[in-house]
Amino acid sequence: MARTVIPFGPQHPVLPEPLHLTLTVEDEIVLEAIPKLGYVHRGLEKLAEIRDHTQMIQIVERVCGICSTLHAMCYCQGIEALMKVEIPPRARFLRVIWAEMHRMHSHLLWLGLFADAFGFESLFMQFWKIRERIMDLQEATSGNRIIVSVNCVGGVKRDIDAAAQQWILDTMKIVEKEVLQLKSTIMDDFTVKRRTVGIGVLSKEKAYEMGAAGPTLRASGIFQDMRQTGYAAYSELNFEPVVETDGDCYARTICRFNEVFQAIGLIREAFAKLPHSELAVKAKGLPNGEVISRVEQPRGECLYYLKGNGTKFLDRVRIRTPTFANIPALLEMLPGCDLADVPVLILTIDPCISCTER
Amino acid sequence: MFMTKNVLKNLMTKYATRLYPFKKRETFQDVKGELKIEIEKCILCGVCKMKCPSQCISVDKDAKSWGVDPFSCVYCGVCVDACPVQCLYQEGLYRAPLAEKDMVLHIQEAKPVEPAPAT
Repeated sequence: MARTVIPFGPQHPVLPEPLHLTLTVEDEIVLEAIPKLGYVHRGLEKLAEIRDHTQMIQIVERVCGICSTLHAMCYCQGIEALMKVEIPPRARFLRVIWAEMHRMHSHLLWLGLFADAFGFESLFMQFWKIRERIMDLQEATSGNRIIVSVNCVGGVKRDIDAAAQQWILDTMKIVEKEVLQLKSTIMDDFTVKRRTVGIGVLSKEKAYEMGAAGPTLRASGIFQDMRQTGYAAYSELNFEPVVETDGDCYARTICRFNEVFQAIGLIREAFAKLPHSELAVKAKGLPNGEVISRVEQPRGECLYYLKGNGTKFLDRVRIRTPTFANIPALLEMLPGCDLADVPVLILTIDPCISCTER
Repeated sequence: MFMTKNVLKNLMTKYATRLYPFKKRETFQDVKGELKIEIEKCILCGVCKMKCPSQCISVDKDAKSWGVDPFSCVYCGVCVDACPVQCLYQEGLYRAPLAEKDMVLHIQEAKPVEPAPAT
């Protein structure tokens, strides 16, 4: 049969955000995929020229709603390095706690969306029901449901008191139980396996060559996670990256599913080791020089390049987000797959287009 | 198997969601909701205006007015932390939806001039 070109997106039921792919298909098998980005570019990096370095915290938080605290944390780490500020130990642990809560809610959101992508609506609602518990925790501890705005240069703005700590730990128990109940549904279900096992295989070598990041990389068997570098309080916590070896859609699902439990473990450990100290130190001076700051977002490694010039405005803010790194890997996976598997494949890299385009 | 049991169970149990406009959840303490001001305490210094990342606050010293564009406000709470006289606060509730956009403007009433003490 002759080749057909099918435009996929930017408006597509499976995509929460606009991504366009031009798919060349022959007999419903994808031969080539060409991406087109730029539908939600907002020019947030450019804003650094007219907003000072403290106002930029609130702006970078809005690069992406789902990993807002991690963007702010990465930016603050960079500014703290430029201003040579060491943040108090309690602030380091609190940052980890909020970051892990973000990872949990992001992965639960993704698991729900993924279930929705292959038509399992009921499972989608189950995951989002659990996610709502974490949303409540974030609202109660920080004041906002998603864009928590707790990071500042020099530490954190809010504390988690003993009553809230107990509430979080109790909720973690419930969440752990509820997610575990869904384990057999997502891991052993015949339909789910038919849609995921052996589809979109990304070999270890290809994943490395294409510069994939996060669960997409780790599901291909590469032992790499930015939390190994020990930023914030991760150096004081027992941390082992979750790694799968198959590199298919199933492995990426399992990888994210297991990271939910890992996040629960890290929150428990962080509360057990939470030191007593002040929340923030006053940062004196103005940022001068260049720095690269990296954190592990739910989707993978996030990199900030900051250049200060000794005034309150930064010369350059460059953000590289994990989805940007994962798009070449996606283009490597797509050729050879069925047209019906394209939505599932796109979702397995957990695309965040707002992050990518900023 | 869990899903089958769960679906049957859900038929018997009550809703997982709230019937929102009729039944509202209690707000948590210290939630960053709508921005309010105690205008009498305000010294019109303009720190909130300078710190605001979305530039939604306007302060006019001559007209003694303080205004906020609630549609630009991002509920970050930076102004509340920055205020030197703690006259700004955030209510636990979010703003109700409106049909038309409007500005919130507060004007400070002129304080009665105290008579000069008799010499």
